[in-house]
Amino acid sequence: MREITLSQAVNEALAEEMRRDETVFILGEDVAEAGTPFKVLSGLVEEFGTGRVIDTPISEPGFVGLAVGAAMTGARPVVDLMFGDFIYLVMDQLCNQAAKQHYMSGGKLTVPMVLRTNMGATRRSAAQHSQSLQAIVAHIPGLKVAMPSSAYEAKGLMKTAIRDNNPVVIFEDKLMYQDKAPVPEEEYLIPFGEAKVKREGSDITLIGTSSMVQIAEKAADALAGEGISAEVIDPRTIVPLDDKTLLDSVRKTSRAIVIDEGHQSYGVTAEIASRLNEKAFYHLDAPVLRMGAMDVPVPFSPALEDLTVPTPDRVVENARRLCGGEMIHAA
Amino acid sequence: MAKAKTNTEDYLRMYRQMVRIRTFEDNANQLYLSAKMPGLTHMYSGEEAVAVGICEALTDDDRITSTHRGHGHCVAKGAEFREMFCELLGKAEGYCRGKGGSMHIADQNHGNLGANAIVGGSMGIATGSALRAKLQGKDDVTVCFFGDGATAQGLWYEVMNMAALWKLPVIYACENNGYSEYTKTDEIAAGSIMARAEAFGIESHQVDGQDVLAVNDLTRKLAERARKGEGPFFIELMTYRYHGHHVGDINREYYRSKDEEKDWKENRDPIIRFRGWLVSEGIASEDEIEAMNAEIETDATEAVAYAEAAAYPPAEEVDMHVYAD
Ligand SMILES: Cc1ncc(C[n+]2csc(CCOP(=O)(O)OP(=O)(O)O)c2C)c(N)n1
Ligand SMILES: [Mg+2]
Repeated sequence: MREITLSQAVNEALAEEMRRDETVFILGEDVAEAGTPFKVLSGLVEEFGTGRVIDTPISEPGFVGLAVGAAMTGARPVVDLMFGDFIYLVMDQLCNQAAKQHYMSGGKLTVPMVLRTNMGATRRSAAQHSQSLQAIVAHIPGLKVAMPSSAYEAKGLMKTAIRDNNPVVIFEDKLMYQDKAPVPEEEYLIPFGEAKVKREGSDITLIGTSSMVQIAEKAADALAGEGISAEVIDPRTIVPLDDKTLLDSVRKTSRAIVIDEGHQSYGVTAEIASRLNEKAFYHLDAPVLRMGAMDVPVPFSPALEDLTVPTPDRVVENARRLCGGEMIHAA
Repeated sequence: MAKAKTNTEDYLRMYRQMVRIRTFEDNANQLYLSAKMPGLTHMYSGEEAVAVGICEALTDDDRITSTHRGHGHCVAKGAEFREMFCELLGKAEGYCRGKGGSMHIADQNHGNLGANAIVGGSMGIATGSALRAKLQGKDDVTVCFFGDGATAQGLWYEVMNMAALWKLPVIYACENNGYSEYTKTDEIAAGSIMARAEAFGIESHQVDGQDVLAVNDLTRKLAERARKGEGPFFIELMTYRYHGHHVGDINREYYRSKDEEKDWKENRDPIIRFRGWLVSEGIASEDEIEAMNAEIETDATEAVAYAEAAAYPPAEEVDMHVYAD
């Protein structure tokens, strides 16, 4: 199968959906000629014109608000938010407006919009351009949240997001834009709420989101060398979350580590871990561990920044201790 | 060139500060090109007369808030090369102990409250600093630097309204370099930027941002008036950035022409213009100016070498400073 980058996969998904449905349009800063700073959207304005690939002023609450209104009245906007960190600027539009319209109207209004943005540290971009804020939106009922872990997922999830009748937030890891993966030429969609078992194992389950899937896979390779068989699962969407696949795995392995790049406290890892505790308690041989980013603003200095994110080594160490029967509490 | 009633020393310091900014940026760019600098940075080269003209009209008690393109403001407000380069390289001796980097560089001793990586993110901070001055009966002034692109942020309109209602000692300084990333300002700003400030009853001025004396002269007057409670004010400074949006923005022809860049560099450079004026007025000789340039170059080279050799912060600093004691 051909291999394309995550960036190309997102681009293809958007182009295909824009060809299929003329109500789909893109709105954001430097999305047209510049194709975004990460060049993810290059070429789209040439095909679809500035009427459907629209450059906005640096007015994030304003253009997210526009997307909400357009979505409520018959369009399918895809908003490009240049950095995930800017989510804070658009919280009212996203969480008070987009997320609640369907419910508040007793099911009469819908907001079929996509907000695509990014996450991920270690790019030496400091505290306001490195955050992974998926937990913040996942907390709000009415928003769906997708976290692609490769080009394959990025394409399939984007296409599903555009066709979904709810506001969907997609977090792409900005360090993965150039990573290649096999992506079929034929059309495919990835349903929301369907986790993917990336690798089967019997001793411990490693659940990772986005780039943490790669971290989990590397850890699983290392663990295999020590005779520990790790199962790796990618939830793909954290809202809706595929509890069943996660629970089936944990009932089998009886141990789990959940890895996500958001801050560890009150985060995605905490939510998943507590679901496992609540629903698979009698199958567990050890506490479910959370591994998130350290609870600090992301520091600029490489010497400090690298300490703040989960690494394969740290996953291996925790897995080894869990499988060794130590009743540990993660740092 | 406009005339400011200041003395020779002031003129020479303004020249020196502009050259220090240019030299700092040339070295920072070199660090990036040689892959010694972590991440990206936004160069201030070409806009020196804005930061220097304004900051030379302020005291150390006066505050500024800066932007992602903040090295110029930092130098102009009195920062040292060593601590700045250390910060850019993420070293422990940097102004922010390596935690902030280029986009968050700050220097409290000279009233620089810090660069900001959120466009428009410091508009509230600057206006709040001015509110504090008023509440506490202090006569310091706060200058809020931001770009033309930042005028699209709604926050600006909220804080201008309050600043005007309460006559706060804040000067909004919009560095209009014609571009917001890869987009021309004309394409993303409706109407006139000045008129937006004027709509709140804020006295507004447009000035040639490549003329350090004109900028300095205007700012001195406005700062003195702001101290007396006649603020707020708005200044639109017409200027140009020589480099790309950031150091990695090399191929720019799809959004601006080489001819345009050449024209600004050759015909409107703030340093060349001011240097010519200093010589023609007999304030400095060519030799004296060359000597000053060389001295600044040496300072920068030494500071870079110092920063390269300096230590990174120790691991235990990673969770230090999350909360104040
Ligand atoms: C809230 C927010 N939106 C978008 C960005 C990305 N961004 C960084 S600089 C910039 C352009 C700013 O233009 P301007 O204010 O004119 O300043 P200049 O870079 O020209 O000095 C953009 C869009 C950001 N950092 N913060
Ligand atoms: Mg600008």
